[in-house]
Amino acid sequence: MALWAANGLLSGTLVPGVQISPYFLQVLCLAGINIILAVSLNLINGFTGQFSIGHAGFMAIGAYASAYVTVTFGDKIRAALAFLPQGGRDGALLLAGLAVGGALAAIAGFLVGVPSLRLRGDYLAIVTLGFGEIIRVFILNIDAVGGARGFTGISKLANFFWIYLFAAITILVVSRIVRSSFGRTLIAIREDEIAAEAMGVDTTRSKVISFIVSSALAGIAGGLFGHYLMYLHTNSFTFIKSIEIIIMIVIGGLGSITGSVLGAVLYIGLTEGLREFAQYRMVLFSFLLVVLMIVRPQGILGHREFLTLLPKRWRLGVDAPPAGG
Amino acid sequence: MSTFLQQLVNGLSLGSIYALIALGYTMVYGVLRLINFAHGDVYMLGAYAGYFLSRKLRGEEPSLLSALIVMAGSMVACAIAGMIIERFAYRPVRRASRLTLLITAIGVSLFIENGAQLVFGPDPKFFPSLAPHADFRLGHVRITSEQLTVIVVSVLLMLALRFFILKTRTGKAMRAVSFSLDAAKLMGISTDAIIAATFALGSALAAAAGVLIGMQIPKIDPLMGIIYGLKAFVAAVLGGIGNIPGAVLGGLLIGISEVMVVGYLSSTYRDAIAFGILILVLLLRPQGILGRVQKEKV
Repeated sequence: MALWAANGLLSGTLVPGVQISPYFLQVLCLAGINIILAVSLNLINGFTGQFSIGHAGFMAIGAYASAYVTVTFGDKIRAALAFLPQGGRDGALLLAGLAVGGALAAIAGFLVGVPSLRLRGDYLAIVTLGFGEIIRVFILNIDAVGGARGFTGISKLANFFWIYLFAAITILVVSRIVRSSFGRTLIAIREDEIAAEAMGVDTTRSKVISFIVSSALAGIAGGLFGHYLMYLHTNSFTFIKSIEIIIMIVIGGLGSITGSVLGAVLYIGLTEGLREFAQYRMVLFSFLLVVLMIVRPQGILGHREFLTLLPKRWRLGVDAPPAGG
Repeated sequence: MSTFLQQLVNGLSLGSIYALIALGYTMVYGVLRLINFAHGDVYMLGAYAGYFLSRKLRGEEPSLLSALIVMAGSMVACAIAGMIIERFAYRPVRRASRLTLLITAIGVSLFIENGAQLVFGPDPKFFPSLAPHADFRLGHVRITSEQLTVIVVSVLLMLALRFFILKTRTGKAMRAVSFSLDAAKLMGISTDAIIAATFALGSALAAAAGVLIGMQIPKIDPLMGIIYGLKAFVAAVLGGIGNIPGAVLGGLLIGISEVMVVGYLSSTYRDAIAFGILILVLLLRPQGILGRVQKEKV
């Protein structure tokens, strides 16, 4: 089913006879990447209640590391997998790149998380902000990945199929975590860190694990981003990008997975839809963000999931979401 | 040695700018426990206010009087801007969670940046010179009149701020609010007015920094506040956030270390050094150099 849809989309037709324009397909793919970013950031910002504003930094690590792997070792891996058909080789190569990118982003998440998550309050925000900028500056100075010229020559390995496969995996991973007993400790930390600690939750450990998972997923999103656009430049990973992801999860609702998906789709949709009014667009978004904070600080869905808003008999057996305060 | 002294002078002048902006961060954090992300953008507005004022005064010879008018006008304009931001964006969410407050601050910052690009145009503007240029030499060390102005004006403003905070009634009330908002309210202090005054004061200092940087690097653009704001914020954390002498110390340290890195290593790491210092501070002394450890209370 998924393969069929992917094949259909690659050739430009999802439903036989209906053409999808390449532009619309690209918007869909970018929305998919942003769904991964938003849902993964929501794990740390929405469910654990720790405010990270450097998600683009982890995305950059994943993007550059995975692109470096596929560009440098691409030929060798392809030769080793000669027995597979073309699509299989490309897929395996992409997976290898994403594995390295995700792993490196996870390590970076560990290194950033351990010192800053021990502290309470706004420190994580400050450190992740600084970290995002440092990563950008360092990548800019690494000549092997193009430095200021940008990283070119990346093969187009990611497509609609891979992007939405990983978007689905991300949603699955995050929703399973949130509904597990570990997820309850994260929510306990969000609601009251001192009380959680008093109840025997190892708060630092839980926060660091949540942060590592979130970073790894951001790294994978970065890898997909690079292999979809076939070009990387550090300008794609500035502080502004991190803020965009925050806007997505805040619009949708901190602590709601379906809210993050909705936020990412709305944000990308509005950004593309208002392309003609490009210079007014960000003014409008930022204004709406402030108004949203004043009027409805919990976002459109708040802590709730979309399905729980439906009448009970339409819920298709979905349980109530983790209760929020 | 003379290179080192020269770099030190350059660093002091840059650091004074950071210090002036950092003061606003630290004062607002003191009363509201809020990282005012929009503060860097108020600094940018200050530079633009100075730019338009000095364009208005064009035709007159650059003189001390016109420089003073530009500086004072820009400070007043930004003080008003700061109070507007506080009244319409932060006050409605003051009782909400700190996360809400932080996101509001980010929203205000984006709004000012993008609004400024719309109103002033995204291209950089050249700041007219406010005073005749001169070079002073001390041995092998060269100090431009702009650098000297920056240092002297910053020192004067900081002394004025110190006097205000320690000796006036409003300053005393600010210290009380910063110590405990609720207790201050119970003692009959009009906390709303004091918080507004804190924003006005911090914004005026940022405006002064904006005009000073306009004189020194005669180029201003609507996004100039982002990086200066971030670094000044790092300076405030380095000195101990909420601590006024700490902000000055942190600003000078960040300015000097940045200039040293550019001078002795590579200019490409210019923007990374401040954040590197930040991470070290948080690892080794999270309360900052002059900050006090705050007990966590339930």
